[in-house]
Amino acid sequence: MTALAVRDLHVRVGDKVVLQGVDLELSSGVIHALMGPNGSGKSTLALALAGHPAYEVVRGQALLDGQDLLSLPPHERARAGLFVAFQHPPEVEGVKLREFLRLACAARGQGFCEFQKAFPQALERLHLTEFRERELHVGFSGGEKKRAELLQLYLLRPRVALLDEPDSGVDVDALRLIAEVIREMAEAGTAVLIITHYPRLLEHVPPSKVFVLLDGRIAGWGGPELAERISREGFEGVRR
Amino acid sequence: MNRVAARLSKAFVEQLSWEKDEPAWMREHRLRCLEIFERLPLPRFGPDLSALDLGDLTYYARPVAPVERLEDLPEDIRRTFQALGLPEAEQRALGGLRAQVDSEEVYRSLLRELRAKGVIFMSMEEAVREYPWVQEYFMKVIPPEDNKFAALHGAVWSGGTFIWVPEGVEVEIPLQAYYRMQTEGVGQFEHTLIIAERGSSLHYIEGCSAPRYSRMSLHSGMVEIVAKEGARVRFTTIQNWSKNVYNLNNKRAWAYAEARVDWVSGSLGSRVTMLYPTTVLLGPGARTENLSFTFAQEGMWLDTGARAIHRAPETSSRLVSRSVVQGRATSVFRGTIQVAPEARRAKGHMECSTLLLSPEARTETIPIIRAENEEVELGHEATVGRVSQEQLFYLMSRGLDEAQALSLIVNGFVSPILQEIPWEYALELRRLLEMSFAEAVA
Repeated sequence: MTALAVRDLHVRVGDKVVLQGVDLELSSGVIHALMGPNGSGKSTLALALAGHPAYEVVRGQALLDGQDLLSLPPHERARAGLFVAFQHPPEVEGVKLREFLRLACAARGQGFCEFQKAFPQALERLHLTEFRERELHVGFSGGEKKRAELLQLYLLRPRVALLDEPDSGVDVDALRLIAEVIREMAEAGTAVLIITHYPRLLEHVPPSKVFVLLDGRIAGWGGPELAERISREGFEGVRR
Repeated sequence: MNRVAARLSKAFVEQLSWEKDEPAWMREHRLRCLEIFERLPLPRFGPDLSALDLGDLTYYARPVAPVERLEDLPEDIRRTFQALGLPEAEQRALGGLRAQVDSEEVYRSLLRELRAKGVIFMSMEEAVREYPWVQEYFMKVIPPEDNKFAALHGAVWSGGTFIWVPEGVEVEIPLQAYYRMQTEGVGQFEHTLIIAERGSSLHYIEGCSAPRYSRMSLHSGMVEIVAKEGARVRFTTIQNWSKNVYNLNNKRAWAYAEARVDWVSGSLGSRVTMLYPTTVLLGPGARTENLSFTFAQEGMWLDTGARAIHRAPETSSRLVSRSVVQGRATSVFRGTIQVAPEARRAKGHMECSTLLLSPEARTETIPIIRAENEEVELGHEATVGRVSQEQLFYLMSRGLDEAQALSLIVNGFVSPILQEIPWEYALELRRLLEMSFAEAVA
């Protein structure tokens, strides 16, 4: 079932049109990958879909379960079931992880009791139990930030998850953990898009479908073998 | 005397003293203060006070008669107190409660066990009538010559809290007073005097509010604290005056050897506030902490600060301020740490941060650190920042609406202070922040 359909998406950042007609469909319960070299517009796609004010959609459409996303403010996109794991999540001083997630879960319609139960389990799953009362991302290492993003994914159970470089700065053990959690989320029905320029994570979570983004357009797509080909030949092979 | 709309005059001050059945020393004190008031100029720094017409104030008002039980108060006051959660707090979390409307106390309670331990908790005028030794303390910590509003206060003060904690008695649950300005154009001048004898301890909380009128009103209270050897006093004020109130206060403490005095101030309301709680560290080993949170909104000028005056060896001070400024508003923080030659090995630290929520918001931090000996450890940090768009967007991308996201960021920013205030007030504070952001976003 199609969870997210992006059609002919054009996005401008400043005076540059970074995305020039992106078409993409993500299916529920399926792991997808979006690959592309640095600067190809991968993060732009995630941030534009999330509604970042600096990313202006000049043309195109994005439907989440048939609902028009682009006319909604960012928080309503999240409430509709979109989740973006940030490549560089910001530190928010004085705001405890627990407090923030309680609000985020409430915004997704989860009750307080449900949260009280799910939160400790999620912390344990991501090996973050000692971070319970920590301030959001403050003093977290790169890898800890990635795990904290996955913790949110795990708790919020979105319809669609766009994971922007969830593996950068992560050690091997954490990489395995992240891969396991991503698989679990897909098994539970989330449509997952892993955004990466480096195929390492994909060895642990083989995607069913791979999109290649070059110069602001989807230059090709295919099955898991495409990721392997990129691994061998680089993006230039796809461009040809 | 129910209400005196008379102009400020010698005759008025004499009548006030006569009605309060005061001893001669107090009447003379009032008259001396009035003379000093007339002589002194308005403060030469800080906010514009030109719209405050001291000739157009009601200097005394008593709209509500005192009652034995909170539920016997008139309907509107009762509802206000209920909304503030005072009756529950009294039952659950307080050792004593005083409520004052305009110039006079309307209600007071004190736990029997605290009475049995000899704790005195009463209105200031009762103390003046009952205990002649109050004269040794009254306006000795802050003399009327200090500034024009101290002198005005000394001439026309009415109401306020007197607390005496006997030697070694630890008052474990807070005592609270609530000040309400009810009458349009009124001046409220309560005087609070706290004497904590050797080795005693006390946490005192003040809350303040007023309905909004178009006419200006004036709140000019005075707080004097005497913390004797080894005593601990924490004084928490949360003011949410309406935007027609000029809130010009004087607060100062003396801390003797090994004593500790902490000020916690939350300034959320008023049109203009001038508030600089001061601790004079008089004895070796005395300590003070001064935590201040201000939230300046459209049209407000909150001029606050903290002062620590080190006059003895091994004294320490820590001044922390968090200011949030929204709309066209001004927030100024004046922090002073002053170390006398004899205050060897004194330590002082000052930390002020401001968060600006709008392009029109104005802020200024004025730190003054003066040491007159070399063996000191003094530090200072100050930051001014704006809400980062990245933080805001990040929180919104998790389903929080803009007001929720903003209030979470602001709550996080002020959390070092929020952690130090009683939880009912912290909750109320959060609610206020959220409400004001919801309005601002809409």
